[in-house]
Amino acid sequence: MSGTYLGMPAFPTAAASSTQDGRLRANLRYATHTIRDKRAKAVAELDDWARLRAAGAAVKDRTLRHLDHYLEQLEEAVTAAGGQVHWAADAAEANAIVARLVRETGEREVVKVKSMATQETGLNRALAEAGISAYETDLAELIVQLGDDLPSHILVPAIHRNRGEIRDIFRERMGRWGRAAPEGLSDAPGELAEAARLHLREKFLNAKVGISGANFMVAETGTLVVVESEGNGRMCLTLPETLISVVGIEKIVPTWQDLEIFLQLLPRSSTAERMNPYTSMWTGTADGDGPRTFHLVLLDNGRTDTLADTVGRQALRCIRCSACLNVCPVYERAGGHAYGSAYPGPIGAILTPQLRGTASELDASLPYASSLCGACYEVCPVAIDIPEVLVHLRERVVQGGKVTRRGVKTVLKPAKGHAAERAAMRAAGFAFDHPGVLRAGQRLAGRTRRLHPRRLPGPGHAWSDTRDLPPVPAESFRDWWRRTRGEERGK
Amino acid sequence: MRVALFVTCINDTLHPDTGRAVITLLERLGVEVGFPEEQSCCGQPQFNTGYRHLTEPLVRRYERAFRDYDYVVTPSGSCAAMVRDNYPRIAERAAAEGRGGRDLAEAAARAVPKTYELTEFLVDVLKVTDVGAYYPHTVTYHPTCHGLRMLRLGDRPRRLLEHVKGLELRELPGAEECCGFGGTFAVKNPAVSAAMGADKVRAVRETGAEAVCTVDNSCLLHIGGMLRREGAAARPVHIAEILAATEADTREPAGMEGSPR
Repeated sequence: MSGTYLGMPAFPTAAASSTQDGRLRANLRYATHTIRDKRAKAVAELDDWARLRAAGAAVKDRTLRHLDHYLEQLEEAVTAAGGQVHWAADAAEANAIVARLVRETGEREVVKVKSMATQETGLNRALAEAGISAYETDLAELIVQLGDDLPSHILVPAIHRNRGEIRDIFRERMGRWGRAAPEGLSDAPGELAEAARLHLREKFLNAKVGISGANFMVAETGTLVVVESEGNGRMCLTLPETLISVVGIEKIVPTWQDLEIFLQLLPRSSTAERMNPYTSMWTGTADGDGPRTFHLVLLDNGRTDTLADTVGRQALRCIRCSACLNVCPVYERAGGHAYGSAYPGPIGAILTPQLRGTASELDASLPYASSLCGACYEVCPVAIDIPEVLVHLRERVVQGGKVTRRGVKTVLKPAKGHAAERAAMRAAGFAFDHPGVLRAGQRLAGRTRRLHPRRLPGPGHAWSDTRDLPPVPAESFRDWWRRTRGEERGK
Repeated sequence: MRVALFVTCINDTLHPDTGRAVITLLERLGVEVGFPEEQSCCGQPQFNTGYRHLTEPLVRRYERAFRDYDYVVTPSGSCAAMVRDNYPRIAERAAAEGRGGRDLAEAAARAVPKTYELTEFLVDVLKVTDVGAYYPHTVTYHPTCHGLRMLRLGDRPRRLLEHVKGLELRELPGAEECCGFGGTFAVKNPAVSAAMGADKVRAVRETGAEAVCTVDNSCLLHIGGMLRREGAAARPVHIAEILAATEADTREPAGMEGSPR
């Protein structure tokens, strides 16, 4: 696995191999169940959780409805506070802007705060191509970067790794990027954290440029907010001379009062903490305190198109807490890499096909990466009805229809490879709307029951490889009813 | 009180015993049950696979089939949830796309309030938890996802099971986790579906129960199919068949015939 999601196979193929990886399954099961249980306890402490959740959803919906207004208000406020605002229509434009801004400082190295937006745009790779080294400073992102790996979780990017693997990565790779791991490093969490601390301290003290995302942007004052729990973010946001923040346009909240809701919803949903440990907020630049230059790169990259879809737009409420990943039985077994995107799990399955479209085989497979069990919707702190959007996107895949791509309304053709399914669904639809046909089919199945094979040929093997088929009864319910009760009663 | 059975297409075709059990049970409780033959499928497989348009005639058919009844009782949590959660949505979207008009919305509005999953009907409408059943076996209960999270069945099925004479209820570890069926998910993502099913089956076997029971035969198709493949002793059995069983009924209790389902 090396640094890119491009060209990855469709979800079922990737999951077919990841589900066979015993160590991965064990790591994920342990980690997701631990966080899941802690979150449930933290949420249960608040009597008004349901109302907070409704308020969070409502504030996000209202903000998205008037996004143009709030974006302009934000730009004005950031500019007035001494920041510079840049607009990026897509990932390539955002990466080009950041690379140019770094080059203009004359620096070749940057330190990074954990950021989903820059994972989405593949910024590190783009910077490397421009001759700039980007150092991840979040512990888990560091593990992923040193391991030449990809994140597999929104909040815990190295969730697929256990301590032993982390110790090995630190021992083998730290020296190549800077200060090497101490001799005789063990897999004790304290020792691993200390090794990372020593390695990163060097980076913080030398860095002249910091790159971050943001969890929230407050439109009324132009204030950016980063929520983290290691303190690395605080270092990157305060020590460098230049700070560049790449933020999705949906991260706006109108006022500080609105922020209050999310600072309760986010920590309890993500890390099961009552209050977030390091909450950094900054408004433009301040003389003699923190970075002297501040750039805000506002990223669209499919968000405006997503906003145009009345069902799918609720995905833009997401505050990246990852509670949906931690309760998802599919994520737990397939792992994050199978989703082929910076956004894995249930939220990724509805966000990625909207941000990137459904043209690739992988992206078209994501809406099906769910049993529709609904656990994700139940824990979502902003009430995104993920199953509803999944089904909506399945419809887009098999039926095509109206979508917006890069701001232009187009009509999508149905995806390839669903012809047999479509025919079967239509045939079933006909039978279900003609009970006489249904009855004839049932009788045929009943009379030939002794001839049914135990294992199915063709696509049916997907079922019968692991599960026995139920025997077909000699008589359907409807035939039994007609035989024993007659038509007069059951008209 | 005019009550109809909506047997569902899966039960109609593959599990007629479940439909018969509902009739037996409700008649024992003094309810006369009708079976309008115009009924077919709720449309869930088509809807969840992305073929929403194909479900519109089925919404109309459902409403037409049950028009003369006050209550529609169905031994399926997910089919009841399909009607309740998705029929209004189907009508709303059709209207937004310039199809369906008022009649589809009205059909959905008439269908929703009269539709009850079996345990809801027993506990909420008939207000019984002791249905006079006898089932001398150890049983573990798997709350299906749609029953749990869409219908919010809560402890209704458990309360009914706890009152069954002779039945010993065994706690299922990780009960609220999906079994991995998920309709077409089971064949579109067979590896993950089977991995989820294997964990569920392991949990069922850990309980040592003779039977695993749910409110949905579709989930049992998957769980039971895996149990059988593994040669496990535990049998899948629909809750209706347990609740229909009595001491007077001399037949082998449901699910225990020895011949696998």
